Amino acid sequence: MRLVLEKRAEHSAKMALLSPIIAIVLTLITGGIIFALRGLDPLAALYVYFVEPLATSWSIEQLIVKATPLALIGAGLAISYRASAWNIGAEGQFTAGAILGAVIPVFLPDLQSPLTLLLMLLLGIAGGMAYASIPAFLKNRFGTNEILTSLMLVYVVQLLLDWLVRGPWRDPQGYNFPKTVAFSGWQTLPSFQLLPPSVGPVYVNLGAVFAVLAVLALAVLMGRTLKGFELSVQGLAPRAGRFSGFARNRTVWFCFLLSGGLAGLAGICEVMSTVGQLQPGISPGYGFTAIIVAFLGRLNPLGALVAAFALAISYLGGESAQVALGISDKTARVFQGILLFYILACDTLILYRLRFQGPAASLVETRT
Amino acid sequence: MKLKIWMTMAAALALGVSASAANAADKLKACWVYVGPVGDFGYSYQHDLGRKAVEKALGDKVETAFLENVAEGPDAERAIERLAREGCKIIFTTSFGFMDPTIKVAAKYPDVKFEHATGYKKADNVSIYNARFYEGRYVMGQIAAKMSKAGVAGYIVSFPIPEVVMGINAFMLGAQSVNPDFKVKIVWVNSWYDPGKEADAAKVLFGQGADIIVQHTDSTAALQVAEEQGKLGFGQSSDMIKFAPKAQLTANTDDWDPYYIARVQAVLDGTWKSEDTWGGMKDGMVVLSPFTNMPDDVKKMAEDTVAKIKSGEFHPFTGPITKQDGTVVGEAGKPLPDGELLGMNYYIKGVDDKLPQ
Repeated sequence: MRLVLEKRAEHSAKMALLSPIIAIVLTLITGGIIFALRGLDPLAALYVYFVEPLATSWSIEQLIVKATPLALIGAGLAISYRASAWNIGAEGQFTAGAILGAVIPVFLPDLQSPLTLLLMLLLGIAGGMAYASIPAFLKNRFGTNEILTSLMLVYVVQLLLDWLVRGPWRDPQGYNFPKTVAFSGWQTLPSFQLLPPSVGPVYVNLGAVFAVLAVLALAVLMGRTLKGFELSVQGLAPRAGRFSGFARNRTVWFCFLLSGGLAGLAGICEVMSTVGQLQPGISPGYGFTAIIVAFLGRLNPLGALVAAFALAISYLGGESAQVALGISDKTARVFQGILLFYILACDTLILYRLRFQGPAASLVETRT
Repeated sequence: MKLKIWMTMAAALALGVSASAANAADKLKACWVYVGPVGDFGYSYQHDLGRKAVEKALGDKVETAFLENVAEGPDAERAIERLAREGCKIIFTTSFGFMDPTIKVAAKYPDVKFEHATGYKKADNVSIYNARFYEGRYVMGQIAAKMSKAGVAGYIVSFPIPEVVMGINAFMLGAQSVNPDFKVKIVWVNSWYDPGKEADAAKVLFGQGADIIVQHTDSTAALQVAEEQGKLGFGQSSDMIKFAPKAQLTANTDDWDPYYIARVQAVLDGTWKSEDTWGGMKDGMVVLSPFTNMPDDVKKMAEDTVAKIKSGEFHPFTGPITKQDGTVVGEAGKPLPDGELLGMNYYIKGVDDKLPQ
């Protein structure tokens, strides 16, 4: 007798619904065991981890702040990956957008009007697009591997940012510390009240609105338009795509410009709100985390939005666990890893079924 | 997946809200934010020793908490604010990149005291504190010039901020006081804590002919490479002799214990004021760990210099000092003013490297 995975004839709709639930239950059990081994009350620990990030208006605000760039980038990447255009360099496009948008506050700090805001956002998008166009061009023109080129370009632009803030763009009043002048007025994102004080005032900035709009627009694009169909076909069956006359080059351009532009928008929004200036570290790896977000969201823009929140919860939960329980940052990250592992592992059940097999193995397609 | 979140919430709520009852009532909560892991055995580790010293000294009058590995970016503000919201009454933010986030959060929580290390922005409820690390580095420079056969040191550095540049200059001034032709090779690793990169940098520097390693990064990796290769080096922030018993000459350690205890005590007493502390060897904030792996005459020289710095007889940055470009700063016989040191963005003559401008 052995346990085998047998491919299902088609997606199991039941499992698609059940798999995240199984994953979360397994995570809770494993997490509880780990906490218990560390001598902590597992229930209290799980409460801190999963419920506290949702318990106060402040933490909900922080959750939205954290999820915004992840959702913006993740939704764009989801589309790209769906069409098999592997943009791994969103982190770089994020940075490029932040840099280009920051040209305004660095050189024209007195330019203050609603148009300034718009201009900076557009520059941010343009920066991300321009930077993403390099791997797209190389891919189409020379057939280079876009995974490599887009990834390597991340380091290039990060070093450019590093040089700019330590050198020419440094705040002259900043004691030679590596940062630009602080952005102010219309050069920062306005925020507004999402929930009234009776619930606990929750403020969000414009970036969160962009994220929701982008996700909705992309969901419509994928679900309702020919373009969306074209992208899916190219990902699922490239040959079929070619036969139906879809131009591969155009798709690569489209995907890279779209995901790059959204990453650039996320970048400029981040420096116009949370960070408030250019400095060497403007992202805790949002561009890379968004890759997980895209896959966790099953390469679906709406899914990416939910996944962005799930990851944000695990970050914030990890932080509050450090403070409340005194566990190390490593334990918090292990927990995050376990969660992702179970979610992806349980997804296997959508395409495969578990079956006990006797010694005489049959010849069905199996994966052990 | 939305369902998932709701499920968890429901489950956890059903289990009862037991976690929030954990906070004891009238203890003073003192909190720390570290840029690296507490297990770096260097900079953050040393701050955490300070936290433990506070726990030990003030016993059940205080409780402490910390957040480690907090990146100097968008996450820093949230991390600091989280501590303020969790009831911390005094919060030490221990890296220069936490400066603006600290100021922002401090404005929102006027009743909480903040202490920011190695920055320059103060507020009514924000003190700044730092150690005169350069004093130790000057002595290290002297030792290096004596001990190096090649006359070349390798210097592993994190970021070109004034404090780090100041350290390189102090090291070179010390070395040049012994050997005017002493050379230093510099590698920037662009991180405070990256053992892999630090070790690689050490190998490269040894490969290029350096035989002594100095670092302004926080892990023990470079010193361990020196140990393996039979070369020499200096510990950073913390005494790293355990990791390199044959290689470490001394370590430029930070002793935050007395400062942290005094500041937390001040909050307990209600005497806390916003201050600007820049302590050195004299104040016991900078301590060179025991001189090892060197002959007695070198040890004697180092001890003499330490004594002179402590007594105030000698200041490493005594004018006139010739910059890399040939211009001269400082008046003869007088130390450079603190303000100038804190904004140092030039190399002195003899440093073979270029600062990004």
